[in-house]
Amino acid sequence: MLEHVELFFKSIFIDNMVFATFLGMCSYLAVSKKVTTAVGLGAAVIFVLAVTVPLNWLLDQYILRDGALAWLGPEYADYNLSFLSFILFIATIATMVQLVEIVVEKFSPALYNSLGIFLPLIAVNCAILGGSLFMQSRDIQTLGLAFNYGLSSGIGWFLAILAIAAIREKIRYSNVPPPLRGLGITFIITGLMAIGFMSFGGMLTGGDEAPKEVEQNTAQKVEEDKIIKETKENTVSYNNAIINE
Amino acid sequence: MALLSKKDTSLILDPLADNNPITIQVLGICSALAITAELKASIVMAVSVMFVLGMGNVVISLMRNIIPSKIRIIVQLVVVAALVIMVDQVLKAFAYELSKTLSVFVGLIITNCIIMGRFEAFALANGPWRSFLDGIGNAAGYGLILVVIGFFRELLGSGTLLGFKVLGDPIEKTGLYSIGYENNGFMLLSPMALIVVGLIIWVQRSRNKALIEEN
Repeated sequence: MLEHVELFFKSIFIDNMVFATFLGMCSYLAVSKKVTTAVGLGAAVIFVLAVTVPLNWLLDQYILRDGALAWLGPEYADYNLSFLSFILFIATIATMVQLVEIVVEKFSPALYNSLGIFLPLIAVNCAILGGSLFMQSRDIQTLGLAFNYGLSSGIGWFLAILAIAAIREKIRYSNVPPPLRGLGITFIITGLMAIGFMSFGGMLTGGDEAPKEVEQNTAQKVEEDKIIKETKENTVSYNNAIINE
Repeated sequence: MALLSKKDTSLILDPLADNNPITIQVLGICSALAITAELKASIVMAVSVMFVLGMGNVVISLMRNIIPSKIRIIVQLVVVAALVIMVDQVLKAFAYELSKTLSVFVGLIITNCIIMGRFEAFALANGPWRSFLDGIGNAAGYGLILVVIGFFRELLGSGTLLGFKVLGDPIEKTGLYSIGYENNGFMLLSPMALIVVGLIIWVQRSRNKALIEEN
């Protein structure tokens, strides 16, 4: 249970898709002019991530990874199809998006009207493919955790686009230098927000003690090495002096 | 006859400045920011994108008359994915360390909006040779920004360029470090990439007033 909670907060705040890994930046910048559209796209991203990440986790576990085909029989145990993961993941995502679009249109026209136009955009959103690829490279252990990861990454992305859209609506009333208007100031604000989000980094590790320790160690080591080198040189010159005498 | 007509030359040169994919068209930002802490990684990324975009544009342009328009996005994705798998395998075989640094961002070339954007906007309507030039030009414009960001981040962040200590040795206190210069470790963190892009946009738009947006 604890690992679920940890992964949930970690993916929303610490490894936030937008601020830590810059995924889904293109749509983040293009669709963040108004809060209402930003909410629509954000909701669609949460939904699609929560569906595709567990699905791709199953694909990865039972088809792609090294020795994953063992369930077919012992003669398949040596296969490693992981080089196919890009094409399989993107195919899953494209199909799922299509499928979700059809199902939502059929059963919930109201939701379709609010999500509808964004769904096709999502197939080529880096955040979706990035979610699956990070799921693979971070070695997420169970299906439940994979679902959790997809859902919480989506929520993190949603928060980010909501925040920037709100700021952009307000910034219209401020006096930005003309060359920075629009895109430029959005980049810089996102950078500042990312710096702010970095402070969440201490939430799970308990402050920044760990990295500092490493730094101290290296600094100490360097000094020690220097001292050793100096003493060695001294002894060598001392020995030479003795020999010369 | 010259190899490149005037129109063809503009296909390559325009994306380098006034129609730059990153700063003007706002495409392909994701990968541009995450891997630019080192100059070497930026260069490799730029070359990979150039290969994928150039080849992909040719392939899509050759198939443009037989792709049904309803399923064209899936066809495009499959073409890109195949090319990216090639790049990924080559990197893993010949530059394993670097492919670890780039991690998932090689895979994310698939969803790099520049690629889909150029397929939709250019390759579906033009012949293979011109599409190839367009692909190379746009990838070069993308690569240019990547190299500029990588240059500043590596130089100011770790005092090196491509791994060479151009500013002297920070531990032995030689070169610039002997007069008290310090590396700005902040430049290596991801948020600074965004701010550097913001500054590049600022410089570019104050030199070319026509690009200024209406809020």
